[in-house]
Amino acid sequence: MYTSVITDTTLPEVNLGIRGNGHHPIVSIQRLNVYAGNHHILKNINLDIPKNKITVLLGPSGCGKTTLLKCMNRLTDLYHELKVTGDVWIDGDNILKSNDNIAALRQKMGLLSQRPYPLPMSIFKNVAYGIKLKGIYDKKLIQYNVEKYLREVGLWEEVKDRLHQPAVGLSIGQQQRLCLARGLAVRPQIILADEPTSALDPISSKIIENLFKELKKNYTIILVTHVLRQAVRLADHVVFMSYGEIIEEGAPADLFKNPATEKLREYIYDGN
Amino acid sequence: MNWRKKTEELVAREIMRFSTYSLILILVFIIAVIFVKGFRALTPDMVLKTPQGGFYYGGEGGVLNAIVGSIYIACGATLIAIILGIPAALYINVSLTKYKRLKNIIRFFLDALWGIPSIVYGAFGFTLMLLMGMNASLISGIIVVALLITPIVVRTFDEILSTIPRGLHEASLALGSTRTEMAYRVLFKQGFSGFITAVLLAFGRGIGDAASVLFTAGYTDLIPTALDEPAATLPLAIFFQLSSPIPEVRERAFAAAAILTIIILIISLAARFLSARYSKTNLR
Repeated sequence: MYTSVITDTTLPEVNLGIRGNGHHPIVSIQRLNVYAGNHHILKNINLDIPKNKITVLLGPSGCGKTTLLKCMNRLTDLYHELKVTGDVWIDGDNILKSNDNIAALRQKMGLLSQRPYPLPMSIFKNVAYGIKLKGIYDKKLIQYNVEKYLREVGLWEEVKDRLHQPAVGLSIGQQQRLCLARGLAVRPQIILADEPTSALDPISSKIIENLFKELKKNYTIILVTHVLRQAVRLADHVVFMSYGEIIEEGAPADLFKNPATEKLREYIYDGN
Repeated sequence: MNWRKKTEELVAREIMRFSTYSLILILVFIIAVIFVKGFRALTPDMVLKTPQGGFYYGGEGGVLNAIVGSIYIACGATLIAIILGIPAALYINVSLTKYKRLKNIIRFFLDALWGIPSIVYGAFGFTLMLLMGMNASLISGIIVVALLITPIVVRTFDEILSTIPRGLHEASLALGSTRTEMAYRVLFKQGFSGFITAVLLAFGRGIGDAASVLFTAGYTDLIPTALDEPAATLPLAIFFQLSSPIPEVRERAFAAAAILTIIILIISLAARFLSARYSKTNLR
């Protein structure tokens, strides 16, 4: 469909600056503190996220994983109670200090939430939305890319005959894949996934997990989860958090076999 | 279930049933009285003709002047309320996310504006007219009714917008939307069915209000052809005719009331139909 008339189908790349060469961490967090009133939610976080790997932020509920994730694309702006200090470098740009190009910086990252939030429009328009935000209005190019990204998440065959129907009519698993396709269509470098399978059935969860394994070839994935088994299945790098602090981090093989702290040992023991 | 719980259940259910059906019964009763009393006067002439000679003494003609005047005023005022109301409601929900106290203060003021009796708006509008050297006119009526109904549009739409899950704000910002793009392309769409309800609710209030137009729009037997001409309205047509000693004229007041009620019922039905239609694409 549409491919015969397309000559150049690529969307403009996000400028990744000098740090986007794979030798440097794609995300670097330094001295990050988050407060909600008197409550210290994140305590002096220092963390480097490697490129094209799945980094899992693991920890019990309420330990600050989601807040840490939201600091990375500054969605903390939406919460009046949060005060954020420190630096979050996204490939050379400090997202916490940048004021004028925050929307463009956010396009470096796709977001997948705990439950899918399809935009109040058709399936097609959901994917086209982000593409149009990049200033692309060529209909054929948009159509080509909508198909491309729906195929990438394995949704095309399921929805190709009802592209112009409301996205809310899809099953929740399909909606989550649509949200992933929508995020990928803005050509991010990083995927921020906040417990993306927590609302899904086991089959849909497995589809998402398998997609992540494929996507890490081209994207850096930061996955928040409290499910130990999911971390074991997916992680290349694990960051274990508790009460707003990073307790341990490292390769999953080392971390899960030989936990250095009592907290992680307990978590692994309880998780199994 | 023991007898105490059974009795409690029964009594509570009957109280709820009584409250619900008695309210519906009151509405049916009001409509029945209006139609029974105005039935004889509800002729095609009533809606197709303006008052002719001796109309207020039982002569020929109808209340077309008031129907058209009311629709002009309600449409004009609703248009102004939409132009002011959409940005205001979106501003509260998009730009003030980090300023909870300011948001509460603004909502308090809007609620206070909503609660001000319409006669106060009328008096305010009248004072303003005198200061500006204006006469009772269509434009004065439109402006005062707009002041009356804008808080309704803003607060009703605001309530709908505030129920939109934070996740949808996050999703649209994460895709690279600016706050303005999020407001108009996503939140406005998500809240559109609520917006229709807000607009039609405000239109209904505007078309049915007598006190705000009493001093500001004036009254005339003619259909206004310019904004600076006075305009008749249905509520005032009802008021003037109902106070007449002539039974035929009082009958016409009920016929005018029936026309107003029909307009408001049509608006209510349209609100239900349109909001159901536009909520199909919405996140639930």
